[in-house]
Amino acid sequence: MKLFPIRGGIHPDYHKELSGECAIETLPLPTRLYLPVQQHIGAPAEILVSEGETVKKGQLIARRQGQISAPHHAPTSGTVIAVTEVPAPHPSGLSQLTVVLEPDGHDEWVTTLPEPIADPFAVPAEVLAERVADCGIVGMGGATFPSAVKLQLGIRHRIDTLLINGAECEPYLTCDDRLMREHADEIIDGARIMAYALGAGRIVIGIEENKPQAIAAITVAATAFPQLEIAALPVKYPMGSERHLTLAITGLETPARKLTADLGVVVHNVATARAVYQAVRFGRPLITRVVTVSGEGIRTPKNIEAPIGTQVNDLIAFCGGFAQRPERIIQGGPMMGTPLPNLDVPVVKGTSGILALTAAEINDRPSDPCIRCGSCVNICACGLTPVELAARIRHDDLEGATKLGLLDCVSCGSCSWVCPSHIPLVHYFNYAKGALAAQDREQRKLERTKTLVEANTARQERLAAQRAAARKPKAAPGGEVSA
Amino acid sequence: MSQAATATISGPFAHNTNTVQRTMFTVVLALSPATLFNLYLFGWPSIFLFAVTIGACLATEAISLLLAGRPLWRTLTDGSAILTGWLLAMTLPPWAPWWIGVLGAVIAIPLSKQAFGGLGQNLFNPAMVARVALLVSFPVVMTAWIAPHPLFSDHSPSVQQSVAITFGGEMPDGVTAATALGYVKTELSRGVPVAESLTEYGRDTTLTYTPDLMDLATGYKPGSLGETSAVLILLGGLYLMRRRIITWHIPVTVLGTLFVMGTIFNLVDSSRFAPGLFHVFSGAAFLGAFFIATDYVTSPVSEKGQIIFGIGVGLLTWVIRTFAGYPEGMAFAVLLMNSVTPIIDQYTRPRLFGRTRKGEPLPIKVSP
Repeated sequence: MKLFPIRGGIHPDYHKELSGECAIETLPLPTRLYLPVQQHIGAPAEILVSEGETVKKGQLIARRQGQISAPHHAPTSGTVIAVTEVPAPHPSGLSQLTVVLEPDGHDEWVTTLPEPIADPFAVPAEVLAERVADCGIVGMGGATFPSAVKLQLGIRHRIDTLLINGAECEPYLTCDDRLMREHADEIIDGARIMAYALGAGRIVIGIEENKPQAIAAITVAATAFPQLEIAALPVKYPMGSERHLTLAITGLETPARKLTADLGVVVHNVATARAVYQAVRFGRPLITRVVTVSGEGIRTPKNIEAPIGTQVNDLIAFCGGFAQRPERIIQGGPMMGTPLPNLDVPVVKGTSGILALTAAEINDRPSDPCIRCGSCVNICACGLTPVELAARIRHDDLEGATKLGLLDCVSCGSCSWVCPSHIPLVHYFNYAKGALAAQDREQRKLERTKTLVEANTARQERLAAQRAAARKPKAAPGGEVSA
Repeated sequence: MSQAATATISGPFAHNTNTVQRTMFTVVLALSPATLFNLYLFGWPSIFLFAVTIGACLATEAISLLLAGRPLWRTLTDGSAILTGWLLAMTLPPWAPWWIGVLGAVIAIPLSKQAFGGLGQNLFNPAMVARVALLVSFPVVMTAWIAPHPLFSDHSPSVQQSVAITFGGEMPDGVTAATALGYVKTELSRGVPVAESLTEYGRDTTLTYTPDLMDLATGYKPGSLGETSAVLILLGGLYLMRRRIITWHIPVTVLGTLFVMGTIFNLVDSSRFAPGLFHVFSGAAFLGAFFIATDYVTSPVSEKGQIIFGIGVGLLTWVIRTFAGYPEGMAFAVLLMNSVTPIIDQYTRPRLFGRTRKGEPLPIKVSP
C-alpha cells in the first residue's frame, strides 16, 4: 500500500535477534504476585479485598474509580497476604498501594466471569466497550491508557480507520513480533471487534519491515477479511509513535493539541487487540501479558507470558539470571523505557520489556560541549530544534522553549541518541516540562487564592455596608437604602 | 537549573557510537591526502610551518584551559584544536615564517574560540579569523606564493636551508610565483582583459613557474599550503559525506553559486569576468566549500539554512574576487556568512509536527 514519508527518525542497533526467535513461554506461577492499584493512566482503582481473603483466578480485586480508570483482577487463585505500600515500577522508587497475593497453586478460575459474547458483531458497541472496561484492558504498548475510553471515541467522533500498531520500533522488544507470529488470528479478531465498536470501516495493521514473519502470519490470517490492510512500514524509529504511524499510513498529520480521533483515526497496539479478543470471546480479564526479557546482561533472553504482578526478579531468574553485571535494568524499550529502582518491582499491564543493559550497550559517557552539528535538528520527527531548546532551558527560559515547541516533543529520545556530544537532551526537556507543569499548578493555586481573597473582601465590604446601613437608617431618607 | 534535574534518569538508554573526538579526527583524516600532497609539493619549509602551527594551537589551547581552570586533557584530545591548527596551516603561504603560524594560533584559539567560551561557542570560524587578521596585517608575507618545489627534487631546499627559510625568515630569490587568481587580478588592473591574461598565465616567461591546464586540476601549482589540489580535497570531502559528517548542502551550493555567477558574467563580458570553471578550480574554492564553510559551530544547523549559507558564501566569494581589492575572497565570505548564521538559524527552523509555519495548530482535515 502507499505510505507517506515521516520527517527525520533514526536507525539504532535493534538487537532484536537476541529474543526474536524465542517462542513465547509461559512462566510457572511465582510464589508472590504484587498488584498495584495504579497500572494505567487515570484514577487508581479501589481495592475490594482485604488481608487474609482468598481469591480465585480472574476475580475482581480492585474496581475502577471514575471514567478514566481501570479495574484489576487476580491473575491466579490464592490468598491476599497483604494490602500495603510496595515500591512501584517507576524510576522514583516511590511506593503505592498494592495487593500482595500468595498463589495456592490450583490456578482455579472464578465462576462469575462475564459470559462469552458469541457474536460480537450483533451486540451494541456500548456492550463491547463495557466489556473491555470491565476486563481491565489498557494500552499495552506502554502508554496504558484505558482502552475502553478509546473505544468510545466513536460516539463523539466519526471514526473511519482503526490502526493496529505492530511497528514495535523500540530496539530489543520482540513481544509484539512474537504475538503476531503466534496469535495472528486472535489479533485480527480483536481488531475486527474494535473496528466494529468504533464504527470504523477500514483496519490497517502497521508492521515494520524487519518483522517479515509477523507480516506473513498476519497476511495469512487477514486474507478472509477484505476490510483489513497490511502496511509494511520502513524500519525507522519512532515509527510506532501514534501520530507518526497515523501520518505514515493515512497521510494525515494530527494537529498540535488534538487527537488522532479528530481525524477519524484510532490507534491500538497488537497486544491490546489480543486482550480485547480474550475479553470479548471468553470473558477473560487482562491478567497476563507477554514481556520481552532481553539485553546482553540476561543469560537466556526470552519472550515470556507472565501473570501481571510477577516480580522482575522472578522473570530474570526464569531467564537463567544475569550473564554480565548490568549497568541498568530498564522497563520498556531502551529509547523510551524507564530505569527500575530495583528488581523487586512487579510487571504491570504496560510492561512490554525488562532489559538488563550493560554499560557497553548503553554507551553513556560524560557530555561534551555542543558543536552545533545539527544532527538533532535533522533527525527530530517532530520538527523541533533540540539544540536551541536545550540552550533556552539551560538558561531557565521556559517561555522561549515553549515557543520553540517544547510541548510538542514526544520524548522519543532520538536527539539524545544521535548527539555526538552525549548531551542528555531528553532529560532537559523532561525537566522543563515538569517545571512548566509545576508553574501551571502554582499559577492556578495563586488564582484560586486570589479569587477566594477577592470573594472574602467583597463579602466583608457587603457586611460592613449592611451594618452601616442598619446603624444609620435615617441617613438616607426616602427609603432608597438598598441592602 | 537545579542539581537534581541534571542527574540523568531520563532515557534513552542507547546511544550511537559517534563522539566529538571521532568527528574531529575523521575530518583530519579526510584532510590528509591533500595535505600530504602539498607537504610533498612545497617541501621542508611547509612541513615546519605545518608542525609549528598545529603545535602552537595545542599550546595556546592548553594555556587557555589552564587559565580558565577547565579540564585540560579531555579538551586537548577532543581534536578541535588540532583541526583548527590544521585548517589554518592549510591556508597559509607554504614558506611563511614560523611566527605567522604562532601568531595565527594566538588569534585562532585564545582570541577567536576560548574568549567566546570554548568549543561550540564561537560565532566566527577561528581559522578564518586568524587567516584574515594575518592577511590584513602582513599582506606581503601572506601573499608570498612559491612555485612547487617537490621534496627530493633538485631544487627542493635542504633541511638546513628550510630551517633558514621557516625560522630565519630568509626567503631565497626566484622562488615566488603568482597564483592564477592573483595574476588575473593584477593583469586586469593593468588593463589586460581576463581572457587574454588567462591564456597568458600559462605562457608568461617572466614568471618563475607557470602551470599548464593539467597542473591546475591536479594541484601542481602555487597556492596556500593545503589548497592546491582540488581533486584530493574533493576526495576527502566525498569521504566526509560518505561518513555522514557533512552533507552535500554547503559544498554543492558554494561551488554551484561560484560556478553559476562566474559563467553568467563571463558570458556577458569575457574581458572583465573570469569563467565559472576558473573560479571553481582556483584558490581556496574546494577547500573552503568542503572543509571551511562546513564547520559545524559556525554554520547553520538545518539543511535549508545550510543551503542559504552556502549560496551566500559562493556569492560573496565571487563578488570579492571580482570587485574587491583582494584576489581571493573565500575567507572573508565565510566570516561574513558566519555573522548571519544565527539569523539564518532563526528563520529556517523546521515546521513543527502538527503546526503551521507560524506555529498555529494545523486545521483539522479528515480522510476522504
